[in-house]
Amino acid sequence: MSRSDWEIVIGLEIHVQLLTNSKIFSGASTHFGAEANTQACAIDLALPGVLPVLNKDVYRVAVALGLAIGAKINLRSVFDRKNYFYPDLPKGYQITQLTYPIVESGQVEILLPDGNAKVIGITRAHLEEDAGKSLHEDFHNRTGIDLNRAGIPLLEIVSEPDMRSADEAVAYAKYIHQLVTYLAVSDGNMSEGSLRFDSNVSIRRTSDTELGTRTETKNLNSFRFLERAINHEVDRQIGVLESGDKVKQETRLYDPVKDETRPMRSKETSNDYRYFPEPDLLPVEIEESYIEEIRQRMPELPREKASRFVADYALAQADADLLAASSQLGDYFEATVKISGDARLAANWVRVELLARLKTDNIDVTDVPVPASELGYVIARIKDGSISGKIAKTVFEALWQGEAGNAQSYIKQNGLVQVSDVVELESLIDAVITSNPKQVEQFKAGKTKLMGFFVGQIMMQTKGKANPQRVNKLLKSRLG
Amino acid sequence: MKHQQSITEMLTSLQRREYSCVELAEYFLNRIEESEELNAFITNDSENALTTAGKMDEAYAAGNAPPLAGIPVAHKDIFCTQGLKTTAGSHMLDNFIAPYTATMVEKLQIAGTVVLGKTNMDEFAMGSSNENSYYGPVKNPWSKTAVPGGSSGGSAAAVAAGLCAAATGTDTGGSIRQPAAMCGITGIKPTYGRISRWGMIAYASSLDQAGPLSRSAEDAALLLEVMAGFDPKDSTSLDEPVPNYSAILCNSIAGLRIGLCREYFRAGLDSNIELAIQEAIRVVESAGAKVTEISLPNTRHAIPAYYVIAPAEASANLSRYDGVRYGYRCENPADITDLYKRSRSEGLGKEVKQRIMVGSFVLSEGYYDAYYRKAQKIRRLIKNDFMEAFKQVDLILGPTTPSPAFEIGEKSADQISMYLQDIYTISSNLAGVPAGSIPVGFSDGLPVGLQIIGNYLDEARILNLAHRYQMETDWHQRTPGGDIL
Repeated sequence: MSRSDWEIVIGLEIHVQLLTNSKIFSGASTHFGAEANTQACAIDLALPGVLPVLNKDVYRVAVALGLAIGAKINLRSVFDRKNYFYPDLPKGYQITQLTYPIVESGQVEILLPDGNAKVIGITRAHLEEDAGKSLHEDFHNRTGIDLNRAGIPLLEIVSEPDMRSADEAVAYAKYIHQLVTYLAVSDGNMSEGSLRFDSNVSIRRTSDTELGTRTETKNLNSFRFLERAINHEVDRQIGVLESGDKVKQETRLYDPVKDETRPMRSKETSNDYRYFPEPDLLPVEIEESYIEEIRQRMPELPREKASRFVADYALAQADADLLAASSQLGDYFEATVKISGDARLAANWVRVELLARLKTDNIDVTDVPVPASELGYVIARIKDGSISGKIAKTVFEALWQGEAGNAQSYIKQNGLVQVSDVVELESLIDAVITSNPKQVEQFKAGKTKLMGFFVGQIMMQTKGKANPQRVNKLLKSRLG
Repeated sequence: MKHQQSITEMLTSLQRREYSCVELAEYFLNRIEESEELNAFITNDSENALTTAGKMDEAYAAGNAPPLAGIPVAHKDIFCTQGLKTTAGSHMLDNFIAPYTATMVEKLQIAGTVVLGKTNMDEFAMGSSNENSYYGPVKNPWSKTAVPGGSSGGSAAAVAAGLCAAATGTDTGGSIRQPAAMCGITGIKPTYGRISRWGMIAYASSLDQAGPLSRSAEDAALLLEVMAGFDPKDSTSLDEPVPNYSAILCNSIAGLRIGLCREYFRAGLDSNIELAIQEAIRVVESAGAKVTEISLPNTRHAIPAYYVIAPAEASANLSRYDGVRYGYRCENPADITDLYKRSRSEGLGKEVKQRIMVGSFVLSEGYYDAYYRKAQKIRRLIKNDFMEAFKQVDLILGPTTPSPAFEIGEKSADQISMYLQDIYTISSNLAGVPAGSIPVGFSDGLPVGLQIIGNYLDEARILNLAHRYQMETDWHQRTPGGDIL
């Protein structure tokens, strides 16, 4: 039997760390990278007598995400205790939402690599607290516990099992990643653990309607690992079923070094969490007006922004999608358009030059050293012919490296303004034509490649500052 | 004698400089030392007590003494007190020095009270006799072979023996009222949420409530005024204004509608207690109150419901006692599982472990609906019973306990019999309504308590009735030494 006889069914649980100043149930800081156990207060340490207090910011953020995925926001939601013992879970229970989560049934439309769109259902999204970190490597047969992460707010987004391939799962994961960074709900920094995936994978014969037994692979923190873990699991399950065995329902971990999944030690998985409603917290009750207020303040979402770019700036869809990929990039682009007055040029510059430079320097658009106003100015000067595209690139580079204070003074100080004056150019052309009679004859005889020679001569005379389009035009009309 | 003075009298004496705060503190610290056999205290904090007393003397001299300046109090060892051992009566926390102070304790400190020490209690508040303490049983000052009641046994004994002006306790199923009854003193469990639970070591989160134990309703009113109030650190704290309880104490009770719950006067009630209660009711009637019979039909389901809900919440609340971050840790653990198992087995007492197991069971898959969920439904019925009753009456009166203080060791083998001690008190915890106990007589030399149950946030009326009764009688002034003021 081949892979094509099997249908793959995938559901994803995405844990998103929410961008709030303090933790979900305590006032401790959520800042990443602090020294171990310096951001865990009495509540996070589960000292005797402490009580959780809900950070209201967290609620606002969860509702915003719910609205962005077109989900039903529950006006009343309840926190529950999920009980299990592990040293990075100080209370011996996690406060989460089981029966009445903040967000229920929504959906998102994702774009698949082949260009088709697909709707992925979202079952629910609920709030919970993150656990601390267990560090097994550095402590000689012991485990170090860092509780800085304990209590960081998480939104767990649970999808319907609507995905049918690793590609679809990755596309969905990427869309959620884009959405949460767009909404400033999360910083999207996966290497810091801001987003983590659990993939639920099962397979069934294409003729079956019932779902097969699924396994869960936990804590994947990159798109690549997600893709590999899914594919590995699919192959493994196919192997199991084809050999006549049954797939065991279990929780697995992905090993990126070996590129395989393995079952979690059974002690790590708890079968019975003994959920019950959290008696230290009241049910959260919100009004429609609260939801409406958040809806009013929602930023433009990626799809909307891209469509608007197509409409307002006559961009191709693919270009618009690229420029709208992050809200910061989209904002940068639009600011550039505003200053420069040329959407097409601005789109090219941002899409090609800027993105390339961001990539080589490995920085984000939020840290770009060239403000949009400067790039806009440079583009405006190309547009009005003051500088050539080639010169513009040197100006841009100088701005990027910090050698130029601003574009205007840099252009002026270095005398970069193009020679565009027709009279001046024509006299230069005359001079070149006069001093190169042989080439003129050859050109007129049909060696049109020599145009480059003449242009080059003019460029040399003007130290590269002649307006190339104008030179070309004037040369053509002179030489015929 | 100083230990027989009311708080108001002490405040007057201090204001008049009849004695100093330091002298007052020393007086009680000596009495504590002399009464060590009662085992009412786990920790004496004489050093800090005298320092605070000294500061309060300065405040009196400067004319800016806070409302309870210099009043010596003791706190049940369930309240976190910064820098002081806070054990919850358990081996598990024998080495725990609290790094912060409970809100309720802080409020009393700001009011100027002098903390003498931390009182003994049933481990993690689980018990009705103070026989479940790692630090040994507490003795009833009225009879040294009898229990003081529990779980706030140490606090009740301390107040009854005159070792402090007043003490604090907690009540989850009766743990303030029952020891108050058995020790012949006044104890109030206010409405759930009236007093902050921040810093109060949790047993059963939806039932626990702090309250004062004192020698009179008048004293209780002064304490409650300070202890009560909204705390943003406790999400279950009520955002309601705190009345001036003292101002309402002397209101007439003529016309007050009293309900006698027929389910509380059935077989199993000690006959002397029944007589004392009936006499107390006659006193109340003669002051103009009107008595009717009411019914709380679901009373008999209260104990089973409680012994599902409380252990369930406790099983989760006590999971943090694992030997990892603080508290008792076993020696040479082989791995994390061994660390958990031995630290908890060795650090926690028998009753606690039993309730954790029961609690885990009733929450477990397949049993949750039949036990925990069902118990919560019963809880609502019990609450409804009270709501119905309070349409007809203002307060419900009855015995606090079915029997007076029993002998130490008498019930320790019979758990059910021990649990049934709370039969009259437990319903008010399930419903969250306030209730208090005042002394109304004796049964063979052991104190008898009358329970007064009120509607939500009606502590003032409970205190009012209690005070009016105490104006007509002197049971609350009896002391184990045989003195009457």
